[in-house]
Amino acid sequence: MYSLLWLVPTIPLVSFFLLMLVGARLPKKTIAAFGAGSVGISALLALVISFTFMTSPPPQHAYTQVLWTWIGVGNFSPDIAFHLDALSVVMMLVVTVVGFLIHLYSIEFMREEEGYSRFFAYMNLFVSMMLVLVLGSNLVLLYLGWEGVGLCSYLLIGFWYKDPANGRAARKAFVVTRVGDAAMALGLFLLFTQLGTLNIQAILEKASLQWATGSTYATAAAALLLGGAVGKSAQLPLQTWLPDAMAGPSPVSALIHAATMVTAGVYLIARTNILFTLAPPVQLLVAVVGAATLLISGFSALTQRDIKRVLAYSTISQIGYMFLALGVGAYTAAIFHFMTHAFFKALLFLGAGAIIMSMHHEHDMFKMGGLKDKMPVTFWTFLAGSAALAAVPLISAGFYSKDMILWYAWSSKSGGAVLWLVALIGAFITGLYTFRMVFITFWGETKGHIDKLPGKTIKIPLIVLGALAIIGGFVDMPHTLGHFAPFSEFLHSALPEVNAFELGLGTEVLFQLIAAAAALGGIYLAYQLYLKKAIHSREVSRGAVRGAVYRFFFSGWGFDWLYDWIFVKPFLWIARVNKGDVVDAIYTGIAAVSRGLHNLVRRSQDGKVRVYAAGIALGAIITIAIAVFL
Amino acid sequence: MILLWLILIPIIGGVLAWIFGKVNPLLSRWISLIAMILDLILAVVIWIQHPAQIALENQGGWLLQFQAPWIPQYGIGFYFGLDGISLLMVLLTAFLGVVSVLASWSDIRERVGFFHFNLLWILAGVTGVFLALDLFLFYFFWEMMLIPMYFLIAIWGSANRIYSAIKFFIFTQASGLLMLVAILGLYFTHFQNTGVYTFNYTELIGTSIPSHLAMWLMLGFFIAFVVKLPAVPVHTWLPDAHTDAPTAGSVILAGLLLKTGAYGLFRFVLPLFPNAAAQIAPFAMILGAVGIIYGAVLAFAQNDLKRLIAYTSVSHLGFVLIGIFAFNELAFQGAIMTMICHGLSTGGLFILVGIIYDKIHTRDMDRMGGLWESVPRMGAVAMFLAMASLGLPGLGNFVGEFLALIGAFQVNIPVTAVAVVGLVFATVYSLWIIQRTFHGEQRESWELPDLSIRNLAVMASMIIILIWLGLFPKPVLDTARPALQKIERGIIPISQVEDQTPNPGMSRNLSDNPLHIAEPVNHNSAEQEGT
Repeated sequence: MYSLLWLVPTIPLVSFFLLMLVGARLPKKTIAAFGAGSVGISALLALVISFTFMTSPPPQHAYTQVLWTWIGVGNFSPDIAFHLDALSVVMMLVVTVVGFLIHLYSIEFMREEEGYSRFFAYMNLFVSMMLVLVLGSNLVLLYLGWEGVGLCSYLLIGFWYKDPANGRAARKAFVVTRVGDAAMALGLFLLFTQLGTLNIQAILEKASLQWATGSTYATAAAALLLGGAVGKSAQLPLQTWLPDAMAGPSPVSALIHAATMVTAGVYLIARTNILFTLAPPVQLLVAVVGAATLLISGFSALTQRDIKRVLAYSTISQIGYMFLALGVGAYTAAIFHFMTHAFFKALLFLGAGAIIMSMHHEHDMFKMGGLKDKMPVTFWTFLAGSAALAAVPLISAGFYSKDMILWYAWSSKSGGAVLWLVALIGAFITGLYTFRMVFITFWGETKGHIDKLPGKTIKIPLIVLGALAIIGGFVDMPHTLGHFAPFSEFLHSALPEVNAFELGLGTEVLFQLIAAAAALGGIYLAYQLYLKKAIHSREVSRGAVRGAVYRFFFSGWGFDWLYDWIFVKPFLWIARVNKGDVVDAIYTGIAAVSRGLHNLVRRSQDGKVRVYAAGIALGAIITIAIAVFL
Repeated sequence: MILLWLILIPIIGGVLAWIFGKVNPLLSRWISLIAMILDLILAVVIWIQHPAQIALENQGGWLLQFQAPWIPQYGIGFYFGLDGISLLMVLLTAFLGVVSVLASWSDIRERVGFFHFNLLWILAGVTGVFLALDLFLFYFFWEMMLIPMYFLIAIWGSANRIYSAIKFFIFTQASGLLMLVAILGLYFTHFQNTGVYTFNYTELIGTSIPSHLAMWLMLGFFIAFVVKLPAVPVHTWLPDAHTDAPTAGSVILAGLLLKTGAYGLFRFVLPLFPNAAAQIAPFAMILGAVGIIYGAVLAFAQNDLKRLIAYTSVSHLGFVLIGIFAFNELAFQGAIMTMICHGLSTGGLFILVGIIYDKIHTRDMDRMGGLWESVPRMGAVAMFLAMASLGLPGLGNFVGEFLALIGAFQVNIPVTAVAVVGLVFATVYSLWIIQRTFHGEQRESWELPDLSIRNLAVMASMIIILIWLGLFPKPVLDTARPALQKIERGIIPISQVEDQTPNPGMSRNLSDNPLHIAEPVNHNSAEQEGT
């Protein structure tokens, strides 16, 4: 069964080539069949392979399939090879299953659009590249997938290419993530130069043998990889591209900018966890970055009017939680939250897409309202997703994963009170902005006109994801709820266990209650503000100071403005000033000087014999003078 | 003899194309096409029949040699030799030759016969440069590719063609003269040492030269080659020449003429003057890094699409310069790979610009935009080539740049870090091309036909090769490996000719090889890999 592993990324890739070559001439049904069908087959294969992996695991819980040597120069010889272990099983399953549901949704969602085959081609390429990313056995192949998904992200954000704003958002996403990728490339060079290999398993083995904890090389390597991770996962300081990326179609936001690609950074750090363990300052930095990001973007989410931008900031914030988990060494918690987040955030984006489609491409939540009864399926599934995002206790998947992160932020030996407190405040804000969105969108009076209700192929993915958003968390129950944790146990064959203090069940219960209270408190405040309107929500942004703060949060804490002044404007200025290439001035200068000399000398040759005679006489005098006096 | 045919076919084809062009222009197109296809087939046959691995022990590293006397009293001979590097370059030449004939099929309408004569003679000259092992002969071919290129720009070029052609000529000629002086300097030094006058490359290698003189002679070669490459600050002929040349001229300039500079560094500067080359290596690498950044910023600033692409060459060839002067096999392979893939991807972009210009008579990107809607195939091809140009993994350019950088990292981290920033800049200008031409709203409602079958075939072949090299570069790496390892070690196996007249300089060079100072940690494994 394992020998079929290569087919999982290859089938969508083949479909991509087919659609690129002949897609424009195919009827839409055929395009949909190829586009969604290929990912469907891939998902089935992944399910079968994963089932085999769980029931009869390969020796050492890992299977590697080497296809061919990619680049062989000296001892630099990365293979085209896929590595399957518990971590990549989870990633592969989420990518293919959630990916398939989103493809299914897109069949109907994109039907009226121009470039139907182009859309599915890009989406297929994305799924294929994402699978290469999570299955690649060496960092170079991972990097191939990494850049490949970046390309697809660019292509799909700019899918409606006629609007220059979309092109701008697409380029921003590509360029900003490429800044991180450049750091990551340097990290790869460093790892290869020092360890002589880029095979991930070999790196992890050699690093722990060759490098002491806290050594310079380990720190540098981990920091450079972190650079790549923050770029791809839209964490501080490279988070600015993700809100703009919402210019793409909603299924794209669901697949790429919520469920899969943006969590690639989380995967990278989890995959190379030993490097981070060897570099405690960088690991702490991971946690700090995560904590800062989750708080900053949580505040921004509070102020948005565009429903997709709320979700975008919320995605940044939730990935912040995953980074926090990675930073305190709770790798399984990070992957757990990645999985539940993939379910509920994909669901929320798809739900938002369904609403936007029904309301004539209206993105502004304040122009929606009252959709609760008009779009019941969308409403109930959206509610399930929101509950998971806000981590409503016990009944939502998000609760179990987020609670685990909060608990380890406190109890892990690399955690602490500050990190925990930030995460707790974040949980409160999450509840607030999530239900602000829900109440504004679904309650109150209807402000817009609904003309088209979602059909079956849109509803099915919503319902499936809605179910997953509720039950997806039951695979890993905390100690206090019977400690039924097959998910963590499964992952522990690939990821280290968290190094935590033993604090006892009583403490854990207490912390769970606090976390639950924070989430519910946020929801209650949203209820007061936006449903009961006990406090008028407009009050919040009134007044000079409050208005300024509001605008500050709204603009994503001014990062765009800052980068514009530090990077973009100087670059444009230099480009504009030096358009004519200042170096060329040297050569045109030489040409001008010789032309000037030519004119000067030419003037002496004017045909007047008197001038010539004077010249000869002068020359003779000077020559004689030199001869006499020297 | 087979080597001679590689050069003779385009020479003869060119003359025939000129003659028959007077009868019917179409005839000269077909003659040129057939000649270049023959050349390509010949090169491919050589490639298939001569696995580079075996050659190392056989004939002093040369897969094929050809030797005939020319002016024996001055030690000048027709000496051609082919190793892995020259084989790859000859393959690239023949392939881009076919491509450039096809690219001018409907483009060139005046003096068709003479055009193809010039085109094929440039290709012959380039092939000669890649094969010549006699320094006099090398210089001869170096000039031979220059003059028809001058005509190509000056006659069939666009607006500012005379200025650009003269600028190109002066830059190349002036630096070429420096090389001639250096060649003569080497020639007389060798005579002083041994009493033998010879331009024979294999005999001149290992000539012991006083170090200060070696530096000057090396600089003569070095300057000639980096002008061609081009490196900042001697790059300014390139944007003018590329912009004003006809499409085929731009393809050959970017794809081949620039590569002769890099080839010269590999073939002459490193083996002939290993000490001096090692001394200027940090300086050369800095030049490369500066070129990467400077070229990219300039490219971004342009409004003229063709000029933009021209400046990207300055940026890309910076990776080649860094790779060559990193002195390890990884970086060498990266440089070779970048040379090949840059020829394909940039050549492809120039052809696209040519097609667009032919239809809308402007290269000003302010007047383009939104072309995707009317020419989606062209848009998709442009997107692909832009991705190749920004170094997307999975395409050949990535393999080249990655290898060059990973090799450079082992010897010079700051330069590598700057070069990596170039990857970000490459993203900026590549996406900018797509945005301003194919994406956005149509500014003027251009009606232009999508790629013809002929152009589609050309583009498809380039795309297939770039994907092939991106995913399975082994055939190219294997071909280049022995020759590059030979350069890396600074050891030139004694050829059969030298067996009869042993050269005292050789042994000295074997023992103290300065290139070893830049040896990477993995220098042993290269041999193991070869077995």
